[in-house]
Amino acid sequence: MATYLEFIQQNEERDGVRFSWNVWPSSRLEATRMVVPLACLLTPLKERPDLPPVQYEPVLCSRPTCKAVLNPLCQVDYRAKLWACNFCFQRNQFPPAYGGISEVNQPAELMPQFSTIEYMIQRGAQSPLIFLYVVDTCLEEDDLQALKESLQMSLSLLPPDALVGLITFGRMVQVHELSCEGISKSYVFRGTKDLTAKQIQDMLGLTKPAMPMQQARPVQPQEHPFASTRFLQPVHKIDMNLTDLLGELQRDPWPVTQGKRPLRSTGVALSIAVGLLEGTFPNTGARIMLFTGGPPTQGPGMVVGDELKIPIRSWHDIEKDNARFMKKATKHYEMLANRTAANGHCIDIYACALDQTGLLEMKCCANLTGGYMVMGDSFNTSLFKQTFQRIFTKDFNGDFRMAFGATLDIKTSRELKIAGAIGPCVSLNVKGPCVSENELGVGGTSQWKICGLDPTSTLGIYFEVVNQHNAPIPQGGRGAIQFVTHYQHSSTQRRIRVTTIARNWADVQSQLRHIEAAFDQEAAAVLMARLGVFRAESEEGPDVLRWLDRQLIRLCQKFGQYNKEDPTSFRLSDSFSLYPQFMFHLRRSPFLQVFNNSPDESSYYRHHFARQDLTQSLIMIQPILYSYSFHGPPETIAQWRKAGYQDMPEYENFKHLLQAPLDDAQEILQARFPMPRYINTEHGGSQARFLLSKVNPSQTHNNLYAWGQETGAPILTDDVSLQVFMDHLKKLAVSSAC
Amino acid sequence: MNVNQSVPPVPSFGQPQPVYPGYHQSSYGGQSGSTAPTIPYGAYNGPVPGYQQTPPQGMSRAPPSSGAPPASTAQAPCGQAAYGQFGQGDVQNGPSSTVQMQRLPGSQPFGSPLAPVGNQPAVLQPYGPPLTSAQVTAQLSGMQISGAVAPAPPSSGLGYGPPTSLASASGSFPNSGLYGSYPQGQAPPLSQAQGHPGIQTSQRSAPSQASGFTPPASGGPRLPSMTGPLLPGQSFGGPSVSQPNHVSSPPPQTLPPGTQMTGPLGPLPPMHSPQQPGYQPQQNGSFGPARGPQPNYGSPYPAAPTFGSQSGPQPLPPKRLDPDAIPSPIQVIEDDRNNRGTEPFVTGVRGQVPPLVTTNFLVKDQGNASPRYIRCTSYNIPCTSDMAKQAQVPLAAVIKPLASLPPEEASPYVVDHGESGPLRCNRCKAYMCPFMQFIEGGRRFQCCFCSCINDVPPQYFQHLDHTGKRVDAYDRPELSLGSYEFLATVDYCKNNKFPSPPAFIFMIDVSYNAIRTGLVRLLCEELKSLLDFLPREGGAEESAIRVGFVTYNKVLHFYNVKSSLAQPQMMVVSDVADMFVPLLDGFLVNINESRAVITSLLDQIPEMFADTRETETVFVPVIQAGMEALKAAECAGKLFLFHTSLPIAEAPGKLKNRDDRKLINTDKEKTLFQPQTGAYQTLAKECVAQGCCVDLFLFPNQYVDVATLSVVPQLTGGSVYKYACFQVENDQERFLSDLRRDVQKVVGFDAVMRVRTSTGIRAVDFFGAFYMSNTTDVELAGLDGDKTVTVEFKHDDRLNEESGALLQCALLYTSCAGQRRLRIHNLALNCCTQLADLYRNCETDTLINYMAKFAYRGVLNSPVKAVRDTLITQCAQILACYRKNCASPSSAGQLILPECMKLLPVYLNCVLKSDVLQPGAEITTDDRAYVRQLVTSMDVAETNVFFYPRLLPLTKSPIESTTEPPAVRASEERLSNGDMYLLENGLNLFLWVGASVQQGVVQSLFSVSSFSQITSGLSVLPVLDNPLSKKVRGLIDSLRAQRSRYMKLIVVKQEDKLEMLFKHFLVEDKSLSGGASYVDFLCHMHKEIRQLLS
Repeated sequence: MATYLEFIQQNEERDGVRFSWNVWPSSRLEATRMVVPLACLLTPLKERPDLPPVQYEPVLCSRPTCKAVLNPLCQVDYRAKLWACNFCFQRNQFPPAYGGISEVNQPAELMPQFSTIEYMIQRGAQSPLIFLYVVDTCLEEDDLQALKESLQMSLSLLPPDALVGLITFGRMVQVHELSCEGISKSYVFRGTKDLTAKQIQDMLGLTKPAMPMQQARPVQPQEHPFASTRFLQPVHKIDMNLTDLLGELQRDPWPVTQGKRPLRSTGVALSIAVGLLEGTFPNTGARIMLFTGGPPTQGPGMVVGDELKIPIRSWHDIEKDNARFMKKATKHYEMLANRTAANGHCIDIYACALDQTGLLEMKCCANLTGGYMVMGDSFNTSLFKQTFQRIFTKDFNGDFRMAFGATLDIKTSRELKIAGAIGPCVSLNVKGPCVSENELGVGGTSQWKICGLDPTSTLGIYFEVVNQHNAPIPQGGRGAIQFVTHYQHSSTQRRIRVTTIARNWADVQSQLRHIEAAFDQEAAAVLMARLGVFRAESEEGPDVLRWLDRQLIRLCQKFGQYNKEDPTSFRLSDSFSLYPQFMFHLRRSPFLQVFNNSPDESSYYRHHFARQDLTQSLIMIQPILYSYSFHGPPETIAQWRKAGYQDMPEYENFKHLLQAPLDDAQEILQARFPMPRYINTEHGGSQARFLLSKVNPSQTHNNLYAWGQETGAPILTDDVSLQVFMDHLKKLAVSSAC
Repeated sequence: MNVNQSVPPVPSFGQPQPVYPGYHQSSYGGQSGSTAPTIPYGAYNGPVPGYQQTPPQGMSRAPPSSGAPPASTAQAPCGQAAYGQFGQGDVQNGPSSTVQMQRLPGSQPFGSPLAPVGNQPAVLQPYGPPLTSAQVTAQLSGMQISGAVAPAPPSSGLGYGPPTSLASASGSFPNSGLYGSYPQGQAPPLSQAQGHPGIQTSQRSAPSQASGFTPPASGGPRLPSMTGPLLPGQSFGGPSVSQPNHVSSPPPQTLPPGTQMTGPLGPLPPMHSPQQPGYQPQQNGSFGPARGPQPNYGSPYPAAPTFGSQSGPQPLPPKRLDPDAIPSPIQVIEDDRNNRGTEPFVTGVRGQVPPLVTTNFLVKDQGNASPRYIRCTSYNIPCTSDMAKQAQVPLAAVIKPLASLPPEEASPYVVDHGESGPLRCNRCKAYMCPFMQFIEGGRRFQCCFCSCINDVPPQYFQHLDHTGKRVDAYDRPELSLGSYEFLATVDYCKNNKFPSPPAFIFMIDVSYNAIRTGLVRLLCEELKSLLDFLPREGGAEESAIRVGFVTYNKVLHFYNVKSSLAQPQMMVVSDVADMFVPLLDGFLVNINESRAVITSLLDQIPEMFADTRETETVFVPVIQAGMEALKAAECAGKLFLFHTSLPIAEAPGKLKNRDDRKLINTDKEKTLFQPQTGAYQTLAKECVAQGCCVDLFLFPNQYVDVATLSVVPQLTGGSVYKYACFQVENDQERFLSDLRRDVQKVVGFDAVMRVRTSTGIRAVDFFGAFYMSNTTDVELAGLDGDKTVTVEFKHDDRLNEESGALLQCALLYTSCAGQRRLRIHNLALNCCTQLADLYRNCETDTLINYMAKFAYRGVLNSPVKAVRDTLITQCAQILACYRKNCASPSSAGQLILPECMKLLPVYLNCVLKSDVLQPGAEITTDDRAYVRQLVTSMDVAETNVFFYPRLLPLTKSPIESTTEPPAVRASEERLSNGDMYLLENGLNLFLWVGASVQQGVVQSLFSVSSFSQITSGLSVLPVLDNPLSKKVRGLIDSLRAQRSRYMKLIVVKQEDKLEMLFKHFLVEDKSLSGGASYVDFLCHMHKEIRQLLS
């Protein structure tokens, strides 16, 4: 084996898994002393162009409490056609179809290179994808226009047989019937009334479908299994209708008097959307896509009143317990999110407004269902338009990069237990022998539901070593974990992806170096960050920071090399060296710092942080600053640009210089979802603050003495610089006091 | 109905009758009688001298039987001079009276009292004494003797000389000859046996008999006799008519042949015979046709001489009561037409009785409101409440504030008093009117209602002339006219904001039934063109009214028809439990701007629901939605609801079928008229607050609970139309015609009406389609020119003969262009200290209007029987009071009726036997509720014809005659089987074809060769080019034009099964449901009166 780095990378590429520790401490006690828990980042649907799905179903362990999938780690008795489950050691008969199995004739799932394998299930009716647009009409005219265009455009991107529905809302909520000719028809609901799912379905006539449907059903049950609603129709049938309908969509006609916010019934609209799908297509992949241009101002889920003079809650209000609608609204959206998750649907939130839109309260809708959350200033920006478009991008197979209704089932070998998961998922509350009593993240279960996911959706999964110190693991013993992800592919097939990994156990006393070397500091940083962010949702910010600091200091104490009370002697090995720096940036990041961010922004950042894969997460923690220059004083470049040199042929090289970062930026922009806010600024420009808030504040008004190095302007912040941080860390790490 | 309120007033009438325990007359405005007549008669005088003056009598007796005498005594010889209005030398009246005198041959008779009245050719015959008193007197000697009989009062208006009576009575009757032969003995039996069999309990009859008959025996035997007639009556009922008042389709049942009539009657005689041998001929009475004197009766009734003869009390051979001898509505109407139809009615004089509603006349407003706006039960009010109580004549005004006027009469002037608003009395808030007294040189004015002295604002100041009148009095409508309008200022507007133009919302039931019958398609098609005829103000080019559309079954569909849309948008609201309006902009639109979208919508609605299977409907949420829409648009307006079925879908106001015929004639019958739930009243209240008027078009094919559904229209000033078993082919014309009229008619919205009175009387009770949240303000979400409010007054102090009594009706409303206005009607009435004056200035038609409304409201709270008894008692008391206080002494056997009220018995009988108060077996609960509701807001003309239908012979008058043929009395015996008749009551229209009508006539009217080929139940006459066809069709058209609702024609052939339906409207005959014949009822009434008098 080459270096751990290569090993880690190879594993990530093959299995979409990165562990904090790639050699596992063999006892519970030692594991807890490692500070960073044994955990991994799992990207369940990591794109594997080289991995075509097999056309059959997995073979399961017959023990009812296990049901692990046959995998390369299993011992196979080819003669007896038996295999032993590597998790519970149950011996299982191969199914008849495997009759021809032999050492040379192995099914794919037994081959080592198929530690990750995808099965395609043929059973069951295939249900089309469903896209339910929930559109706010309390927008400015041009915003609405832009949104309408985006939506119209999206129709062409949807798979033709996908079902699409439209709900618009303002003061009222309208559910549009798409099947009717001539006259456009919609069902209207009061925006202030909380309706139960049953009521909604009754009122939409879903509980008792229209007569023709009843007749049709017995006759052609196969052909029209999903024709039971007029509100969701195949795109190919109604795209013209819907395009017209969207085109005629008017701004909410109810008058908004001076000093008032428009009445926006987001809570009811979402409730109806959820109820509609719940009643018609439970457990079928569906996206509820909420487009909103402002905070909900009435009805259940209202976030702020309609009086403009009372601003929407700030962090300050929340701390002072002054956010009077927050708890109730949050509860409303949580209830919706849980229902949605239970139905296997997901909710996207596209919020474009200059002010907050209530993402804080609504975040659970996206967080718990695996939906997207996009925040922008206006629908009439490329940020929104391109981000929205990117949702419908396709992979190398021409399939949408989205999957639905996944359940993630994790099996561990008996030395391990599952402590929890952090990511866009909800617990399915499946208890079992491999579920730990100690929870990290969403725990107490071995299965989670991820209603919406894409190839980059990544969960942090935390384990606990339960092996007792006095029960040593045999030399060369390996611990194994199996991730079974059952999901609906965008092609509407049901698929199962199984990833089975194994890592060596090591005795901490004797093999600490091994363990140390196998530390994945990037994964560890992200996993710790997720824990921190997860805590920050429920705990006070400073507490979280203190906890993070303590963890960092303990880690340094455990793995650093130093002389007691001698900070200068402090050293970290290569595998740990970047970790403190990540923590430094994490402490300053918007994921943990709410200063300078609105509650909505915090929710937005945290939402994304909790689902990105490792690379993106790291970048989000520690931004990358690229520099471009001639070999001259850079501060003049702005002046040159202003002077327009770049447009002169003789300064073409200057033009190229200016263009280079733009091009790179575009590349980055194209690679990310959602599309990042792209700011083109210059020294002293008003937008430069966005940059300055991200870079290491090595010069601030606190250390002006350093002025004169002429390396840049000071950054006005109370934050310490990385240097100061590191100094303190060293001091604390070597201190015997703690 | 206010039962049990007070003690029976008049001691002279003596004993409260045990029969009507619950009922007391006091609930009607009591009036004391007085005998000073004069003025009102003036009007009659000229034209129909025959009725009024009986100079000899008048002269001879101070209180002559007629009201006229006192005046007439002095002046009788010179005719009109006697009458107040003429006598006063009013310029306008002067000439007219002379004209009359010249014109009318009748004037001659006045000179010589003895001479029979000449101007009633058919009627008058030389009856002994020329009785002209206003009373109808009938002597029923038989009654005196046997105690049972009162011969029917003579028909014509002439007073029947009480004492000498018979002769005089006959003189007054149109058909005096018949009258003379009228068997007195006969009547009483009828009244007892058949008159009110269904209604009256034996208890009632018992006492009455006791008085009438020989005391000892009568009580006992009576009972059986009563029950006897009942049975037959019921048996008739069974097969009879289905929907008498508004028949939409012929009743399926077959009628028993004429024999049944005799059948039931048969048993009667024997029963009576033991007591009253002479009664058998009752049958005749019930049949209507007058027969010769019947020997049987003769002997028992010694006192029944022919009326013609002067010897009243003398026993004569009894004869059957001659229908021709009793007061005839036809004659009265005809006379009034002849006498008063030619001259304009000038309103300058206080307390004038206007011509009858059936008379065509013009009105000149000279300071009092036209009778088209206000009619009173009496134009001379007793000065004290004691008198009023004594007389029991209700004091009521029937007000139609927005009545439409004939083109010759100017609509009220609009007065603008500028920013300060209309000038009003500071204390009682009465509006400036001609009766206000300016004093101190014009600097102040004294309120004519409360006597408060107010300053005249500087901008309104004007000098007075030598008579104390402002010199600008004739330039200002409010100082010279009875009716005018003020422009209201913003203070008179809701929320202190001038109103927006009102809106019409069409709300169409699209459930299965509505689609199946073709209603929706028909309606949508019609609306496309009808919307161009929305009411508009004066000369406005287009209507300011905006329109909106809603369809519904158990959910509601709103439509966005904004002009900018290419297609209408439908918005479904299923949350019927918590109704709201889903859109604002685009729901109420200007018809011209959104025409294309609306047309497209109306085209699509029938298609969209063509395949509907939804049978359930909601109702309350629909109205709620309309009301909310108006609220959201901040305007008043009207909802047009087109509804088919009982709203059984789960929603507020959900109803269940509670129709239960077993409740009829029980104490629980009233529940059939009450709404099922309170939700409807609550909703109506909200509607009124928003100025949301609801017009309901019902198309039921089974029970829909009209009693409940009509609550909202009723309380919001709306109308209800009902088309049972609607089918496009048969009912389209009627529906469309009603719809067109309803949509086009001018409406006032968000109205409040307040009736102020001068000190001494007070408006205490109100009847009509409106809502009241306090005791004084009549709130009308909408008010159109057909809607009438009847107001009852009571004394709260003594009135002054000199100053009279004043009424001011102020209506604040929003015009159909959205202008806020006040319409003021003023009326001055006389006050009297003599009961005779009261009786001389009454209007029976108005009285009936009031009494019908009173009774129809009463059925909500009291058993129907009690309501009927109440009416009878009150009527008896009114007449008894007259008899006692105003008529000249005469034998008790005489029935003496006040001239002005001589039709009271016949009309009251019609009310009593109307479907609401005495339902036949085929009358549905819905029909009763419907009629009850309709009558509530009828005006006097409508109630008049509704209760006493017009029956017009078609071939009697010359074919070239363009005028309506003279009507005949509504009795089967008036029908000639060689003729055809049109019968109409404002709701129904029948063409009755006699069995032996000439073949040529049949051919030219029906285009078939014989009677037998005429399709029974035909509703359209073929359009044929011959004079008869043109004339009949023209006549039908003209009849329809006179009524506010389209009358569907039903052709009925004699002896056909449909004829039963028709006969129901022959109100002078005994009805199958047990209603008494006119003759019987009159006898009964006489008996009641005698009882009161004894």
